[in-house]
Formats: sequence, structure tokens, C-alpha cells
Amino acid sequence: MSQIMYAQEAEVVPLKPITVTTRPVIKVRDVNVIYPAADRPVHALSDINLTIHQGEFVSFIGPSGCGKTTLLRAIADLEPVTSGELLVNEMTPSEARLSGAYGYVFQAPVLLPWRTVLANVMLPLEVKNVPPERRKEIALEQLARVGLKGFEKKYPWQLSGGMQQRVSIARALGFEPKIVMMDEPFGALDELTRDNLNQQLQQLWYHEQRTMVFVTHSISEAVYLSSKIVIMSPRPGRIVKVIDSPLPAERDLAIRDTSAFLHLAQEVREALVEGHHDH
Amino acid sequence: MTTDTRVHQQIFPVGVMLLLALILWYALAVALNAPGTIERVLTPRGAWDAGDLLAATLNAKRPLLPAPHQLVMDIWNSVTGWPVDSPRNLLLHTWVTASAALTGFAMGVLLGVLLAIGIVHSRTLDKALLPWIVASQTIPVLAIAPIVLIILGSLGITGLLPKATIAMYLCFFPVTLATVQGLRSPQKMEMELVHTWAASRIHTFWMVRLPSALPYLFPAFRVAIASGLVGTMVAELPTGAQAGLGARLLTGSYYGNTIQIWSALVMASLLGLALTSLVILAERLIMHNRKEAR
Amino acid sequence: MKTVIPGTLPLLGALLLLMLSLIQLAGQSPVPLAQLGLNLLLILCALSACSAVLSPVRALLFALTLAAGALWQALLPLHGLTLGALALLAVVSVQRLARAPVSASAVAALFGLWMLGFWQMLVSGFDVPQVILPAPLAIVAALVESADLLAGDILQTVIKSALVGYLLGSGLGIAVALMIDRLPFLQRGLLPLANLTSTVPLVGVAPIAVMWFGFDWPSKAAVVVLVTFFPALVSTLAGLKASGKLEQELMYCYAATPRQRLRALRLPVAMPFIFSALKVNATLSLITAIVAEFFGSPTAGLGFRISTESARMHMPVVWSAIVVASVAGSLMYALLVRLDRRVNFWHPTVRGTAAEK
Repeated sequence: MSQIMYAQEAEVVPLKPITVTTRPVIKVRDVNVIYPAADRPVHALSDINLTIHQGEFVSFIGPSGCGKTTLLRAIADLEPVTSGELLVNEMTPSEARLSGAYGYVFQAPVLLPWRTVLANVMLPLEVKNVPPERRKEIALEQLARVGLKGFEKKYPWQLSGGMQQRVSIARALGFEPKIVMMDEPFGALDELTRDNLNQQLQQLWYHEQRTMVFVTHSISEAVYLSSKIVIMSPRPGRIVKVIDSPLPAERDLAIRDTSAFLHLAQEVREALVEGHHDH
Repeated sequence: MTTDTRVHQQIFPVGVMLLLALILWYALAVALNAPGTIERVLTPRGAWDAGDLLAATLNAKRPLLPAPHQLVMDIWNSVTGWPVDSPRNLLLHTWVTASAALTGFAMGVLLGVLLAIGIVHSRTLDKALLPWIVASQTIPVLAIAPIVLIILGSLGITGLLPKATIAMYLCFFPVTLATVQGLRSPQKMEMELVHTWAASRIHTFWMVRLPSALPYLFPAFRVAIASGLVGTMVAELPTGAQAGLGARLLTGSYYGNTIQIWSALVMASLLGLALTSLVILAERLIMHNRKEAR
Repeated sequence: MKTVIPGTLPLLGALLLLMLSLIQLAGQSPVPLAQLGLNLLLILCALSACSAVLSPVRALLFALTLAAGALWQALLPLHGLTLGALALLAVVSVQRLARAPVSASAVAALFGLWMLGFWQMLVSGFDVPQVILPAPLAIVAALVESADLLAGDILQTVIKSALVGYLLGSGLGIAVALMIDRLPFLQRGLLPLANLTSTVPLVGVAPIAVMWFGFDWPSKAAVVVLVTFFPALVSTLAGLKASGKLEQELMYCYAATPRQRLRALRLPVAMPFIFSALKVNATLSLITAIVAEFFGSPTAGLGFRISTESARMHMPVVWSAIVVASVAGSLMYALLVRLDRRVNFWHPTVRGTAAEK
């Protein structure tokens, strides 16, 4: 079935690569997120310090409860920060959200079932008052870019899980945000689909040089996709280690068998285990 | 802390709304009764002012909209001022209506549950009868009330039974449908488990189907008792019944006695609340040891 | 007890009754040949059903002999034993059809047809007084005869009272819900009160409405407005709260205005709820209009027709008015179901009926 699905896709349309700057876009300084609970307050995030630069692909990885999703949501203004400073493009997360600085992809596709695929991709463009003629153009472009050309008139429930998630990604990219945040977007998919989507995402990043912040609990996914890996640990949620990836920016799935890849994966694994033993 | 939030969240807003409604009622009473009272009461007396208007409109003999205190007084007088078996006492009428509604409800529930059990266990009944019961939801069942009364009347059946029959007829549709849905609600896995124990149909019924059906029954009972009450009151209209809240409504409207109409309506509303509370109480008692797995 | 042949008991019963009937008829003089022939036909019918699986030929034979037998009995004077056998064979026919791979509507239609047929036969055969139960054909005749009268009633009750009240009441309920959407205090205050009104016989305000608005249709429409307002309000409020958490966060990420959120997300999600209230209100409005007319009405209207004609003991007209009301109610409901399917095509419950993918 996978074969037939992929055979129908158009080529991923590459853009001209943009020169990488090392301007920091996300600054996290001594951030704490504490939830008041019945018996003891929960330190979802404790003294987090991190800088993410323009054009980086950063993965947050760690076991359940390590705060990786909380950190992502805090940057996206979906969680309140108890203390510390969080700046996105030198603005507060709220201002960044209102100015459309980033696109967010949830764990589930979150497509509106009463809209066609095309209408779903156009949704953020409608909200941001993009002129109607441009909306359709952009949406068609995005769908082609994720390889779903020809599926515009379909409804979400007529697509497979992987295709729905691709629509979700196309939608997040529609208004050309410089920052894209993704919360375990491929978690619910089977391995083959996942591999394919990982490859497409990697290609997208390589060609467009957007800043990607990606949450995952799969080591191989983090190593394959990222230029920087942030390993986190729970109770309290904190960063254990930050690893810069030595792998080249342009990759294909074959890179997973190289020794550099395996070495990096081993390093990540050790850091995870270390974090696990630390408390 | 929970009781405090409860007061703040639920009781306070409702209280405010009720207060507003009361104030609105008084204002409307003055407004609606004004033309009539000006014409009939005040002008013959001579000069009048706002105070006179207020007093007159809120204590009119045949008001278009009785003031709340008038209703309270009328109900109070009716309930306490007359012996309980006198037709002037609203309690008698309330009891007549309530007994018919409850009888009809009981009959309807019995019929509905038995029919539902039959439908769930017999393919013939399921295919032949269930579509008709579903379709009957869209037809104005209460319209046949006069017919039922006349048929039963010509057979010599009068009094409580015809009213209960109409109430039963209204009750049994929602009960049947909800019971069928409830009896069919056990998950496939539960049914398969019982099947591996070679349980008979009767065993399956008592062990799995009936307990699963109970959460569906009670909402339907609430709807049924409300419909049954309406049915009973409507049944009191056509054949010139002397007792019952519906009859009281009708006689009030014949003689233009507005306060009587309103009092009967208020009692009917209270009765409706009481009957529904009974059902909710029964629900709490029977289902109290169930915790929803959330 | 598992029977190999479905409907063994009724079949045996039918054969027994037919045997007894033949014996009885043979004993009469002069021997009624027509009745004898009918009984023999029914015996053939019963025998054709005596097999676990009916081949197409047997099924056809069974159906034809049964239909012919029923028609024949309708034309002849009633004979108790024959009629009993016919009834049992009718049961067998419904049972066997239920086991066949046909839709429930077909079985229900057959059942309904038999009920009508027996109704007709019993009422005309036993000369049941019209007061108790008129024959179906008499009802049809009354329908045709009073067609223009009933048409006027439909206009008065269905169109003017029920439809106007329904649109106004449901519309107001939805509008008020939208207005208090951003006022949680009002919602918390009104919602319990609105739920309480469902336990109260609101139809009782009909005489008061007559006092305020007169005898004609506006007073009935007013009652319908009152009755349909609350379900619409409650359901719309519930629907507006029903959007999923992730969907709401999505709109939050886009910095959507409350109006955009309402239009793009919350209203479509609320539609299934609104439609369920609209469907309930449809039947509620018609029945309320009719019952409100029981309390006092001018010279037209279905409720008026039913109550006055039953007082005059003109039962066929009463029944025909009820048939008209039922058809009107079912049509309104069916229309709404269709509209619901179109608007809420995306909802799992609607999708489940139409197979896709």
C-alpha cells in the first residue's frame, strides 16, 4: 500500500537555499514552569537555559515527564512561565504568537473535518487576513511541497494518518513562518510512513533553512533530523546535555547506517541514561 | 473550598437570574394590567397617581398577568382554606393529576421495558416493530388523546384509567427506545466473554444487558414522566373532567378567572418538578454505587 | 427451544385451525364452496412454508397464496377459524421476511400492511361501531371528502402556528445562546433554569396565550415559541462548548479573534447539537400547536378539528385529521434529517450511515 501511496506524489519542490545566519531567535534564560498540585508543586521545568539560532534544527528528547513538550509549549505561548525570561525574536512568546512568528504542529493532525484538505491549509491564511486570491495559491503550493498534489478536494477522514499529518505540516508552513515547532508529529504513525516523512521533513529543512524545534522520544529520529540535540530529564524537568550534531546538513535515510550516526546515537543514549540515573 | 466554589459558580448566578426574573415579572404585571385597571378601577374613582396605579395593577381581580404575591396567596388560600377533598382545594386536583400521571408512567415503563426486551431478543419484533416505534416519535401522539378518551368512554371506562392510558402511551415510546439502546449497549467484548462461559440468554440478560441498560433508562424516565404529566393534563380537557390540574386550567379559562389559571399552572409546574425529582432520587438510589470510569 | 423450521408453532396452529374449519364447513348445508376453496388455498399456503429454507419458487407460492387468501377472505363473510388461521400465516410471513436479508423497513411495512388489512376485516366483519374504531377505508373516504377542510386546517396549524412558532422559537434560542456565549455568568444562571423548564408542562400556558393574543393562530404560535426556545438554547450552549482542546489551541496559535474562532471552529462543531434540538423541536412544535388548539381555537386547525369532531362523534374525520397530522410531522422531521445530513456530513454519526473510503 505504501508503494501506491508514494507513487502518486509529486516531487518535493525545492527552494533556493538561504544563507545561514547565527542570530539567536529563541532565548531561554532561567525559565521555571511550576504547576501547583494537591500535595506538592510539580516542577515541570526547572532553571532551563537554552539558545536556539536561526536555521538550526533542534530536537528535544527525553523520557515522559521530562518537560520537553512543556518547554515547546512555553515557547509557543501555550503554557505560562512561572519565572525566568523567554524571548522569541526578541519578543515575548505572546507577542511572537500575535505576530505570526511561528507555525505549530501538534501531536495529532487537528484537521477540521468539515473542511476539505485545501480549505484546512487555507485556515491560518484566512485568520491572518491574507487576500483570498493569494490564499488558494499559497495553499496549493504548500500541498505540492509536502507531496499531496491532487488531494485538495478530499476530506480529512478520507486520508491516512500520515497524509493527514502532512496536511498539518503544509498548513503550518502556509504563512511562511521563520520558526516551526513540532510536538511529536509522527508519533502515531507506522515506521515506514515515519521514515518517509522524516526524509521529507529533513529535505524541507535543508532547502528552506527555517528554524525547527522538534519534540520526540525516538533517538534515531532526533539524530537523523537535528543539527542540535537537547537531552532532558524529568523530576524536575531539566536539560541534561546539549549535543551539536557533526552530521552534514544534507542527509538521506542511508546515513542511518554510517558510524558517525551510530556514534551520535550512542552519545544521546548515554546522556539519556545518565539523566535517568541522576535523580 | 468546593462548597464555596459551588455557591459562587452555580447558586449565585441562578439566584441573581431568579431575582431579575421576579423584578421583570412585577414590572410586566404593572405594564400589562395598567390599561385594564385604568379603565375599570381607577378612572371611576377619580384622580389617581402612580402609587394608586401600582396598588391597583398588583392587586387586580382579573389581571392579565397576576403579580407573584397574588399567586402565592391564592395557592395558599386554596390549599389551607378548604378541606383536602374539596374541589376548591388545589391539592385535590394536584393529587388527581399526579396519580393518573404516575399510574400511566408505571404502565408505560412496564410496557416499554417488556417490549424492549422482546425487541432485543427477537429478530422478528426488531425488524417489524422497532421502525414503527422510531417513526412514532415524529408523529403527534398526543393528538389522539380525544379519540382514546371517547373509545374508552364508550366502553364504560372513565376516571383515572383513560388518563393513565394516554400518559402510558406517551411514556412508553422514549422508554422503549432507550431500553433497546441500553440493552444493546454492552461492548462486543463483554458479550463475547459471557458467551465463552456458555451463559444462557437469561443469564446474559441479568448479568450484562440489564446493568448496562440502566444508565440509559433514567434519562428516558425523566423525559417520560414529563411527557406523561403533559398527557394527563391534556387528557383532562376534552370530556369535561371535573378534577385535575388540566381541568382547572380549562374551567379557569372558560370563566375568565386568570388567577385560577395561573395558580393551576404554577401547581402543575411544581408537580412536574416534584415528579422529575422523584425519578432523579430513584436514579441516585439505584445507581449510587456506580462510579464512572473516567 | 430451537425450531428447525422458523415459525413451526404458528404453522401447526394454522393447519390445525384450517382442518377444524374444513370439518365445520363440510358439516354445514348448503356447503359454502367459496369458503371451502379459501380454506384449501390457505392449506396449500401453509404447506408451502413447511421447509427450513424457502426456495424462490416456494417463497413465491407462499406469498401469492397468502395474498390471494387474504383478499378472498376480505370479500367473503368472516369465518372465525379461517381468520385465525390467516392471522397465524400472517405471523409466519413476517417472521420469515425478518430472517431474509431485507431492510427493517420492508419487514415493518409488511407488518403495517397486515395490521391495516386485519383492522379492515375485523371492523367491517364484526360491525364494530364507528365510535370505537372506524375501518381504514372509511378513514380514507373521510380524508378525501374533507380534503379542502383539512387543507385549511393544515394551513392554520402546521404552517401558521407550528412552523412560525418553530422558526421563531428555535431562532431565538440559538440567538440568545450566541449572545450569552461570552457571558459565562449569564450562562451559569440561565442554564439550570432552562433545564428545569423541560420538566414543566409548558403547554399549559395555552389558555393564558389565548387571553393575551386572542383566539387565532398567534396565541398558538406563542406557545410553540416558548416550548421550542429552551431546547434550542440548551443545545446551542452545549454545542458551543464542545470544541476540542487541540482545536482551540490551534486557533490560539493563529491569534484568531473570538469572531474568527466562532465562525471557523465553534459554530461547525455546534451544528450537530443545534440540529438535534431542531429535530426534537420539529415534532414538539406540531404537537404543541395541536394541543394548544385543544384549549381554544377559532374555526380551523387540526387540534380544533380533532376536538370538535370527536365531540360530535364523527370518528372517521378525526382519524383522517390525525393521519394528516402524522404525515405532516413525519415530513417535517424527514426534511430536517436530510438537511442535517447535508450540513453535518463530516460528523462520524452521519458518516457511519454513508460508507466511504
